[in-house]
Amino acid sequence: MSQQSVSHKAVKEFLAETEEIVEQLGSQLADLADMADRGELNPDLLNSIFRGAHSLKGLAGMFGYTDITELSHNMENLLDILRLGKIKLNPNLMEVLFGSHELLTSLVRSVEAGPSAARTSEISACISRINACLSDHPETPTDVSPILQLGLDGRVLGALTEYEEHRLLYNLNRGNTIFSVHTSFELTTFDQDLGQVSDILKTCGEVISTLPSMGNNQETHIDFEILFGSGRSLDDVKNLFENNAIYVIQLEARGNPETGIHPPPLQPVHSTDVSLHVTAQQQPSAMSVETSSLAADDATVSAKSMSRTVRVDIGKLDDLMNIVGELVLAHSAISGVAVRMRNEGFSRMAIDLNKAAKGLERKLTDLQKGVMEIRMIPVGQLYEKMSRIIRKMSREQGKKVELRFFGADTELDKLIVEDISDPMMHIIRNAIDHGIETPEKRATLGKDEKGTIRIASYQKGNHVVIEVEDDGSGIDLDKVKAKALQAGLITDVTAISDREAIDFIFMPGFSTNDKVSEASGRGVGMDVVRNNIAAVSGIVDVETSKGVGSRFIITLPITLAIIKALIITCAGRTYALPITSILESLLLTDADIKTVERKEVIQLREQTLPLLRLESFFGIHRSTERLAEFYVVVVGVAEKRLGIVVDDLLGQQDIVIKSLGESFRRFRGISGAADLGDQRTILVLDVGSMINETMRAGN
Amino acid sequence: MSTKKTILIADDSPAMRALLVSTIEVLGDYRIVEASSGFEALRLLPREHVDLILTDINMPDINGLELISYLRNNSNYLTVPVIIISTEGSLKDIEKGKRLGANEYLIKPFNPDRLQALISSYLCICP
Repeated sequence: MSQQSVSHKAVKEFLAETEEIVEQLGSQLADLADMADRGELNPDLLNSIFRGAHSLKGLAGMFGYTDITELSHNMENLLDILRLGKIKLNPNLMEVLFGSHELLTSLVRSVEAGPSAARTSEISACISRINACLSDHPETPTDVSPILQLGLDGRVLGALTEYEEHRLLYNLNRGNTIFSVHTSFELTTFDQDLGQVSDILKTCGEVISTLPSMGNNQETHIDFEILFGSGRSLDDVKNLFENNAIYVIQLEARGNPETGIHPPPLQPVHSTDVSLHVTAQQQPSAMSVETSSLAADDATVSAKSMSRTVRVDIGKLDDLMNIVGELVLAHSAISGVAVRMRNEGFSRMAIDLNKAAKGLERKLTDLQKGVMEIRMIPVGQLYEKMSRIIRKMSREQGKKVELRFFGADTELDKLIVEDISDPMMHIIRNAIDHGIETPEKRATLGKDEKGTIRIASYQKGNHVVIEVEDDGSGIDLDKVKAKALQAGLITDVTAISDREAIDFIFMPGFSTNDKVSEASGRGVGMDVVRNNIAAVSGIVDVETSKGVGSRFIITLPITLAIIKALIITCAGRTYALPITSILESLLLTDADIKTVERKEVIQLREQTLPLLRLESFFGIHRSTERLAEFYVVVVGVAEKRLGIVVDDLLGQQDIVIKSLGESFRRFRGISGAADLGDQRTILVLDVGSMINETMRAGN
Repeated sequence: MSTKKTILIADDSPAMRALLVSTIEVLGDYRIVEASSGFEALRLLPREHVDLILTDINMPDINGLELISYLRNNSNYLTVPVIIISTEGSLKDIEKGKRLGANEYLIKPFNPDRLQALISSYLCICP
């Protein structure tokens, strides 16, 4: 590999990593602020934030981004004295940290976007705010004598970092006991085994340092000495472990370990018998360490994910998906050949070929599933971003908001997650800006001072549903109707239902708010929200109740990459309809169609179903007569239903949706094109936007 | 039999590792093994014949100081040269690392020439 290409790789890594660090910093800062509000401080979290700023500084320095280096360096200084307990965390300091992070984020983003105007004044203002916090603390040398009295082994003492010394002192000052925990593990599995021991220890104290040393049999084993601070007694700590190959010694500040003897030589522990005994009341928390996927402040967890994940460019996955798609098409071609062979009398060979094709199909399905799974990421990643914005906005607006997240592990295609991030952000901004009332107002309304925003996601069939719900003032539909009347959209406020009124908020430029806020503007953007969600074949629905709150329901397909489609024909053209949005298909005659208010509808099980004719939707001229018998494909997204009138159903097929390119992006009713495998390219219908168009036209 | 010398890089930052790799690669024919944490370094050590170690101090699980302490208390790695790569914020820790037996240290941002000179002096590829 040439030097140049490696450097290019390094720069790419740099961009990805800095982005990752600032994102993580943001959510961790928000967590820190939340804990501070409750009067708590998690040293692991604070240390992790420090490490983030520290890494950022080192990286930016090496890659020559002086402004990022400078800012993160100052942040690091502040975080350092904070984690070393030299200053106390207060709201002002938190504001400074939030402000610095925001600037840092924009600096990192502008690296990716390319060179931009220098922001020296902004940076120096931010740095002087940081320095103002720094100057508050007197430089007092730390008294480390209590540590020396612990009678620690010189080897352990020599390897303590400044931070670890501080944590040790902190524990001593709190009156905690310091224990030295000795373990020995097999080299092949020591990370999991040690992780288990640390997790158990963390349920009742703080793991201060972990020092490895040569095992009895250095080819196969490795020993560890863990310094552990806790309010528990020696027996309590010993009882945490069933395994008698884990030795616990209590260190006393008088200079002699309680046992007064050196630990006996350790018997190597076989990984399978590390049965760790956890007492009943500790079990839940120990379990939660293992199962919680969002335990961001756990250093061991992050360490594991670091070494076991691979960062892959989404473009590479797209390429892979395309190849899988082509393979699927190639398979269809082979099956076609098998059918032709049978028809032409080569039945024996046709059967063999068919068998082989079936085997290929099974493996292809596995491959397709595998590639698809790689693209899937938990919606929880989006939650972190949202929680940051909600906390920041509610702080700025003096509103109290409690966040509730559900279904963080629901998985969705990475690209969809990225594309819905902005619309979701907008919905949330609206909820805080226009929904949740001020604490005072809420108190007078008899509501809890603290508003609640609930974000939940779950899988529903082939779709993922994300709900954003607030318990604010709800949308004032009378006001919406009045505005619609004023804008000339309707002639009579009594003529439209509440459901129809809600649809107005998604119209371009429609707003009931006279004031413009910095965060979500004047409500401009709900049309953009709907369009952005429609762009990933999703649909957004609103339920609202005045004074009680609103709920936005976003329904999305799980993936856009490969889908099963129903191939249909209408007026001599062939289209693909994603099977995920099809509910049923009916064979009807003209007599089944009724006309209500000049709109064609059918009666389907007590419900009136609006119909859509593709030829009139796309403005196609029909050269042949309409057939007496035709099919209606009933499609639905979320709670909305529509019947699409088609001439014939040709069958089901796997298709790979390809984009039509930028120029046709806004083309209504079409989500892309697909190759049928027989040199025919057809258009894929976008059910979401068709339903939206029809509903809008129905108004 | 390969006569290539092996360098172990222990740093939790992929970008930093990539940068170190590209700095070392121009020097000549070295084999580079990368560890993204102290744990990974511990796991790699017995498997690889390591001739030189570059380590960060601030790493998750076990940190650079603990790694150096392990190396210097283990007859197998007693003489393997160790170069600490850290930032000026960790000066006290770097000092400790030197006392534990690290041979050299570099403070980020450092001049790649300096790293190359250090590596060449410890791992001289003689003609």
